[in-house]
Amino acid sequence: MSGASGGTSAGTGGRVRGGASGSRERVLARVRAALADVPADEPVARSWERDYADSHAEGDTLDVLVDRLLDYKALVERVSSAELPDRIAAALERRGATRVAVPEGAPGEWFASVTARRLADSPGSPLSVAELDACDGVVTGCAVAVAETGTIVLDAGPDQGRRAITLVPDYHLCVVRADQVVDGVPQAVRLLDPARPLTWISGPSATSDIELNRVEGVHGPRTLEVLIVESAD
Amino acid sequence: MSATFLGLPPFPEAARTAVGDSRTRQNLHKATRTIRGKRDAVVGELGDDWQRLRSEGERVKTHTLRHLDHYLEQLEESVRRAGGTVHWAADAAEANAIVTRLVRETGETEVVKVKSMATQEIELNNALEAAGITAYETDLAELIVQLGDDLPSHILVPAIHLGRSQIREIFLDQMSEWGVPAPEGLTDDPKALAEAARVHLRELFLRAKVAVSGANFAVADSGTLVVLESEGNGRMCLTLPETLISVVGIEKIVPTWSDLEVFLQLLPRSSTGERMNPYTSTWTGVAPGDGPQEFHLVLLDNGRTDVLADTVGRQALRCIRCSACLNICPVYERTGGHAYGSVYPGPIGAILTPQLQGMASEADKALPYASSLCGACYDVCPVAIDIPEVLVHLREQVAEGPGHVGEKAMMAGAGAVFGSAGALDAVQRAAGAVGGAIPRNLPGTAGKWTDTRDVPDVPKESFRQWWNKREQEEGR
Repeated sequence: MSGASGGTSAGTGGRVRGGASGSRERVLARVRAALADVPADEPVARSWERDYADSHAEGDTLDVLVDRLLDYKALVERVSSAELPDRIAAALERRGATRVAVPEGAPGEWFASVTARRLADSPGSPLSVAELDACDGVVTGCAVAVAETGTIVLDAGPDQGRRAITLVPDYHLCVVRADQVVDGVPQAVRLLDPARPLTWISGPSATSDIELNRVEGVHGPRTLEVLIVESAD
Repeated sequence: MSATFLGLPPFPEAARTAVGDSRTRQNLHKATRTIRGKRDAVVGELGDDWQRLRSEGERVKTHTLRHLDHYLEQLEESVRRAGGTVHWAADAAEANAIVTRLVRETGETEVVKVKSMATQEIELNNALEAAGITAYETDLAELIVQLGDDLPSHILVPAIHLGRSQIREIFLDQMSEWGVPAPEGLTDDPKALAEAARVHLRELFLRAKVAVSGANFAVADSGTLVVLESEGNGRMCLTLPETLISVVGIEKIVPTWSDLEVFLQLLPRSSTGERMNPYTSTWTGVAPGDGPQEFHLVLLDNGRTDVLADTVGRQALRCIRCSACLNICPVYERTGGHAYGSVYPGPIGAILTPQLQGMASEADKALPYASSLCGACYDVCPVAIDIPEVLVHLREQVAEGPGHVGEKAMMAGAGAVFGSAGALDAVQRAAGAVGGAIPRNLPGTAGKWTDTRDVPDVPKESFRQWWNKREQEEGR
């Protein structure tokens, strides 16, 4: 059994409550008693090497990402960085979006051609839930994207904003730079900081709860549109 | 009071009724066949690496369980440092009391819930209701079960036993009782049903101040909690309210952040048969200005340490609740989940429920027998739980207990007969002579044995008799 440090000291963070009857100690004692068969000197440190693949190469990274996103019924376009402002504006117009939420830290050049009204959001001056609900959509960047699983990860960075802004509006336009795309899940996990709140998004919201068939569009944004930006113009 | 599993008949009895329900069998057959096909396709995509990921998942979980005290303390410290408050609950009553108190402290009388097996297990909704707090289930299948005052029948899709037309009827009848009614002219198109759920829950999400969730994983080194979902109801609950209370079984721990790279590949492909589920949320304590500013983690034992104490049975605690074993199981496909009489149905339920509850009741003792031991569950398990091994192990415990005196005596008698050629010959001659007079069902305790077994027709002569006669006739 592993050595336990025992006891917790008061710190700057939250609290620990043991329950009315010392349940913390009771549960830990039960765990230790249950593990009586584990040798006392068995190391807690991992004693084996990981032997699985970082990715399961299936072709060109961006091609795979596009294929997976389309499979989830997301809308996808590959654009050059020079085209990006016009493509963002065009996407919002196609959508008929006239009020869009935008994280305060999103690059200004993204919106050079946009005519829709932009509502900036930041943790310091957040839009209310009602204001978000009244938005036609939201435009953000991302932290990482995973080609193999068609996943975009948001980490609440400056160009992504609070989690609520990509949740309440019904349309999410996400800008993914080609250099943010990795092939496999392990590569993405290594790039991400668990201290930040993360949202992994794989297509629009969906459910498989009715006869186990996937239906797109429930509580999250029902339309996900992805612009993949390749810098070599 | 919501429906409860308490007092349902043991599996053999419940199964007999369930297999007679042709509508449920049709629904289950269709759903499990669909999901098996999807899982096979996305697991196949990873080729040989699937088995390596599976072995890694097994190793990580086994290692964690062997040092669970260490990782629990590490998790507690990580969550606390990130601004969360950690509570410990030895059993269901204590967990329910803690959550009830925390909700009361907010002054709210309603909570939104993310689908969670742990809170189903402790029947939290009933406890909250008794305290005057309404718990709204927001996962589509949980919503269907709650509106229909039904019981969950599957780990991932609690309403798997219902078809689209039944779901439509429940929505039309019950949504108005809970909030926004179903639209008039609602069809049974799954898209229309999903839309009705969206409209029904929308306003609730936007106003809710308290959410209750479980977690798929709790990362010890970073203090991160992880919820995988599809619809966005999870994100709504984890993001918009001011207070978040997560009830998490102590076996949900993984040691390090990087371990998630294994489980985020294993779980979606095994459960919904997708390369990745639409949404995964991870949070570490409280993020200033983003999401709930009050976070409580309730660590739940409720029998898990009893499971841990059994060196064979403890592998059941590796379970990541994917439900692949349910979807592949020939018994589950025919009986459905309700027959198992537990929030954890199917093969994993047959080994988890009796261990969590202690095999005191007839219902719990019957569960290890709810299997043909075909082994398909083990083959698909993403963390390689040898379910047949545990089933046999639990059967041994049931057989060693009281109540099997008659069967043991019969087996001892059979052993004596089969051990002696003369005795066997005599018994076979006697049986052949009385033939059809042998009863198919015995009275009393022995009846339990004969009720579940078919007595074969006894031949007029045994092989040994036939062989001896043939030898004599041919003069050899």
